[in-house]
Amino acid sequence: MEITIHSAITFAQIIPERLQVEGPYSPGWTWFGIWLAAVFTLSMYSFLYKDNPVFKFGEHMYVGISVGYYICLTWFNIMRPNLFDKIIGDPGFYWYLVFPGILGVMMLFRFSRSLSWVSRYPLAYYVAAGAGLAIPAIIQAYILAQMHSTFNPLWVSDLTVVELFTQKDVMKEVLVNFFTQIVIFVGVLSVLIYFFFSLEHRGAVGRISQVGIWFLMITFGASFGYTVMARISLLIGRMQFILGDWLGLKLG
Amino acid sequence: MTFFDKMLKIDRRWIYLLVALAVIIPLLNPIGLPITITEPAQDIFDYMDKLPEGANVLIAIDFDPSSKPELDPMLRALFRHCFSKRLHMVVVTLWPAGAALGEDAVATVVGEFNSFYKEELADPDKGSAFVQEKYGVVKEGDEDYLVSGVDYSYLGFKPGSALVVLGLGDSFTKTYPTDYSGNQTTNQEIFKNLKSLSDLDFMMDIAAGATVEMWITYGKERFKFDMGAGCTAVSATQYYPFLNSGQILGLLGGLKGAAEYEKMVLTAGYWHKPGPATQGMDAQSIVHTMTAIIVIFTNIFFLMQRTRRKEEE
Amino acid sequence: MNLLKKQIPITIAFLTGIFMWWQYYIPHHSIQNIYNIMISWELIIAGFALVVGIYSLLHHHANKIRRKTPQWGFSVVVYIAMFAMVINGFYSKQNGFGDPQNILMGGNFQWMFNYIQVPMQATMFSLLAFYIVSAAYRSFRARTKEATILLITAVIVMMGRVPLGEVIFGPKLPEFTEWILKTPSMAAQRGILLGVGLAIVATSLRIIFGIERTYMGGGAD
Repeated sequence: MEITIHSAITFAQIIPERLQVEGPYSPGWTWFGIWLAAVFTLSMYSFLYKDNPVFKFGEHMYVGISVGYYICLTWFNIMRPNLFDKIIGDPGFYWYLVFPGILGVMMLFRFSRSLSWVSRYPLAYYVAAGAGLAIPAIIQAYILAQMHSTFNPLWVSDLTVVELFTQKDVMKEVLVNFFTQIVIFVGVLSVLIYFFFSLEHRGAVGRISQVGIWFLMITFGASFGYTVMARISLLIGRMQFILGDWLGLKLG
Repeated sequence: MTFFDKMLKIDRRWIYLLVALAVIIPLLNPIGLPITITEPAQDIFDYMDKLPEGANVLIAIDFDPSSKPELDPMLRALFRHCFSKRLHMVVVTLWPAGAALGEDAVATVVGEFNSFYKEELADPDKGSAFVQEKYGVVKEGDEDYLVSGVDYSYLGFKPGSALVVLGLGDSFTKTYPTDYSGNQTTNQEIFKNLKSLSDLDFMMDIAAGATVEMWITYGKERFKFDMGAGCTAVSATQYYPFLNSGQILGLLGGLKGAAEYEKMVLTAGYWHKPGPATQGMDAQSIVHTMTAIIVIFTNIFFLMQRTRRKEEE
Repeated sequence: MNLLKKQIPITIAFLTGIFMWWQYYIPHHSIQNIYNIMISWELIIAGFALVVGIYSLLHHHANKIRRKTPQWGFSVVVYIAMFAMVINGFYSKQNGFGDPQNILMGGNFQWMFNYIQVPMQATMFSLLAFYIVSAAYRSFRARTKEATILLITAVIVMMGRVPLGEVIFGPKLPEFTEWILKTPSMAAQRGILLGVGLAIVATSLRIIFGIERTYMGGGAD
């Protein structure tokens, strides 16, 4: 009894004050969790030096935890509420759910050498349904809506050119819109022509394709700039954890 | 080996060390650089701010832990905005790992609001009148300010992406018979006025992958609701066509987008302290500047090296 | 046997694809009711697809353990971690066995997710930060006109998107960056999007009409 109380007091003393607050977990478990997370974080970073058993251990631990997570999620969020609870709870009304259940089980035949063709039935249903749903949706969202906004009016003012010269702010807006719409139209058209490989890129087509390539280089450059931001953000997040949560240093 | 050759062959581990220092030093010694708000971010904030009390908002958490540093701050700022405006919030996720992330974010933000509410109600300097003014309601006894099934509902994960969106377009309660805690959704008050996607006042997709396009294609175009998007910086450039066509009202891109939204929420008084995205922008600035300098100088050295080789030939 | 293995699946694909395509244009309630039932069936089948993925991974590691391939010990770690997570997800002292409350905040399941899965997955991806700067240093060279345009745009966007860029170069830089993203970059992305949209429609038609059958996989032909 005395040893237990002493251990508890000693243990409590190493938990920093910032963790001695009410949360979803006790301060002890939170402290242990933060240390575990920090150890795993540093084991992952050891890969920067070179591949090593500590990194491999962490990597495989992560794979195992993920698989366990997916198993629980599949049961609690999908199988139980959408299938089993309904069939078992009200078989008179939900009897028809047995059919998708059978189709689902047929998908597992994919792993059998002699009966793998059985999995083609649910796959054919699932993939073809997705394909059928995609056709009108993609035509509407990707093609029609995008083409519609490419062909916006170049001149967006009711005023005449003479009247515009007397209203410099409005004229600036109208001219900026005019220029922007021209750039968008030229950009979209030249990129589409560049991707049309059935025509040889020579002469006029070649010159327009070259313009398309420049537009593509601009977007790839912008993507690269943004990608640097994205990757650095991930590192910043981990450093905030290591410095703030683990080492308890004051940030920001 | 010339100076230019040496500069172009530095061991990559020195670069790694530079990157680490460029992140750590600004985090420990913040500069406090001002964050300007871009128009796509402002548009989302303004739209949400104009929604009346009790409006139905759907938030989709479509990311996993690999994008958490960029998107989780955005998500929490959004939650705080919704709860401060007393909007009815339904949260779903189409990514498996997003389910537990969503549980963490919802439970944490709801817990914060509930504990602030109780503290301010019990505070003798504030009390019922203050709480009525700030929260719009005074609840009896130990009742929580935010109640699951009434003010918000966290539905969790379903597989199938586009199928889930189409299912929600038919019925929320049929697609999600239970919420993430296992409670029946048919009994929840929040779904009395929110039968399907057509009843939404606004939808926000916080996404690490291509789910924004999917919500637009199978959701917004078919069921005609207004939507905005928050995304990782990697995918931000590909959503500008949808912003231009009006298919999304606004866009929050990466950590900068998250910092902008945190700033707007803070300035409007919906939260009391800067979030992790705002903290990280100084480090982001330093690393970007360092990378730009590295790129410019290595190209100068490369050009000098090429010129020198041509002269030698 | 060809009928069962090939012809019937292709017929199912055709009928399902045509129905799901044309229901979009027929708002009649009888068609929409059938459509809603088919969507609910697909949600359940998608759940089983997750089961296929889980089984595939576990089977791979089980084979490594059985054959004692090099570093098979790590596959044992996978199984131990998986069982730990599953046990905590399905059972807790407070709620007992099989209660959905076991996966909520405050339970061991969520604890393991927050303190093991999240840090490891986040850290793995944060390694890319080092690699991207290192790659920019080692290989980002303006060898051609096109590469120069890419490089200049990248530098402008990198500086324009952070507060320090505005402090050094003034408010015009973020405005110019926004213009690049909203105009020339957006135009190119729209061109790509239109191309992708047409490709998706073409591939969907090929799947429905049975020309594209690679999704069926498994078994002879």
